[in-house]
Amino acid sequence: MNSSDTTPLTRAPETSTAPRLLAGWHATGRPDTLAGHLGRHGPSPVAAVLAGRGRCGGAMSLVDAVGAAGLTGRGGAGFPTARKLRAVAERRGRAVVVVNAMESEPASRKDRFLLAMAPHLVLDGAVLAATAVGADTVHVCLPRDRSAQHEQLGAALEERRRARLDPVRLRLHALPPAYVASESTSLVSWLNGGPARPGGGPPRTHERGVARRPTLVHNAETLAHIALIARHGPDWFRQAGTPEEPGTTLVTVSGAVAGPAVLEVAPGTPLTAVLDLAGGPTERLHGVLLGGFAGAWLPEARLRTPLTRRDLAPLGAAPGAGVIVALAGSACGLTETAGMLAYLAAHSARQCGPCRFGLPAVAEDFTALAAGRADPDLLSRLHRRTGLLPDRGACRHPDGAARLAASALRVFADDVDRHLAHGACPAAHRSPQIPVPSAAPPETWR
Amino acid sequence: MTRTRTLRIDRIACTGQGLCAELLPELIDLDEWGYPIAGDPAVPDRLRTHARRAVAACPRLALHTDDDPA
Repeated sequence: MNSSDTTPLTRAPETSTAPRLLAGWHATGRPDTLAGHLGRHGPSPVAAVLAGRGRCGGAMSLVDAVGAAGLTGRGGAGFPTARKLRAVAERRGRAVVVVNAMESEPASRKDRFLLAMAPHLVLDGAVLAATAVGADTVHVCLPRDRSAQHEQLGAALEERRRARLDPVRLRLHALPPAYVASESTSLVSWLNGGPARPGGGPPRTHERGVARRPTLVHNAETLAHIALIARHGPDWFRQAGTPEEPGTTLVTVSGAVAGPAVLEVAPGTPLTAVLDLAGGPTERLHGVLLGGFAGAWLPEARLRTPLTRRDLAPLGAAPGAGVIVALAGSACGLTETAGMLAYLAAHSARQCGPCRFGLPAVAEDFTALAAGRADPDLLSRLHRRTGLLPDRGACRHPDGAARLAASALRVFADDVDRHLAHGACPAAHRSPQIPVPSAAPPETWR
Repeated sequence: MTRTRTLRIDRIACTGQGLCAELLPELIDLDEWGYPIAGDPAVPDRLRTHARRAVAACPRLALHTDDDPA
């Protein structure tokens, strides 16, 4: 059991955007207690949402306010939050809300940092969402190996119970710590007594999820934004960010930067400025990994790109769940990628063809390429097999691995040629720069 | 109302037996491990019977057709 997971990564940095989610931490440098949270943000408007069956601030329902704010999911996919709320609210029968705090992406720390510093903002958001969609239960899902966070959240829930704050039931759960256990269908399967592995549709989670009830699954950060939109309204939310991608967003910056940190930034901030907020690069960079192990590489020449889905899409990248890893110029991008692919292959649920055969084969060839052991057919084989991973699994796990592999072949094309012609580069013999958790398959899915 | 029929593969149930590609090669190809590759999921009218046969033949009951409102 590792308790160091919840400790903050670094100090409070100077940001150009006023912190919202992390306002309490910036002010005190400590986790917000319930009293501190209520003093800072004011009471949660849950009574107003409940009284008007979704009326918030008089004029607008919470779902409409979230829609007008333009909030999108902060778990990686970036789906419009209001559409998910509406889809569940429109179903018949008592709904269920699931807080996805699994954060299984190895290079991400933002959800556990937010939960550690502002637990009541996330819980407020979950209760407000539950009230708005007609749910009576909120399930908070954490991975089992974050025992300190589990204890802290348990205490936060107890504080709320004593204060009789919430009109719904809140339950805390400890799930198997596996990469694909954070898929929404994995959470639903586990909460229903099954393995924490992705399921294929239909029926979809919003139609029939936990206990066969309409189920809303949101990332922890997304819910914290809902808690603030309910208090301050959509116009306030839109004062930060871009018109298409408004608000603030949490990012985890690590790798070759002087001050790795979880930061709250506005979408549209250039990547170079985000890196500077994390102390700036420690040396000339090779590029950055955006979106995590299921993300994409971006070459050094593209680092002035604003951090938005719209600006990154033409480059084959996306902000994802806000993971930004700076890769030092001295590191080997192919070796780093090979390690991550081996991890993704080991952590698949092995349920579908692409994850049983395609992904392990791609990971193996990438390891050979990185080590300079390529046979003449390797590159064409790698391209073909990578191209056959997306859209052929029950979940998006193979798609993410394919995105990473394809972007590495593209961005590190010069390195690929050198490895094919002359064998491994000197950097390939050093240990990888990006920490990769053990590539052993999960011990249990239950 | 006109309806389009589309192919849907249950990727978890599928074990790569490959009968679908034999009965419906116009729409389904196999990868090197025998798992189906379906490009465009829309089933043209002329292939409806073939699609129905392929659905019925799958030993894992992993192939389905859905009627989508056009």
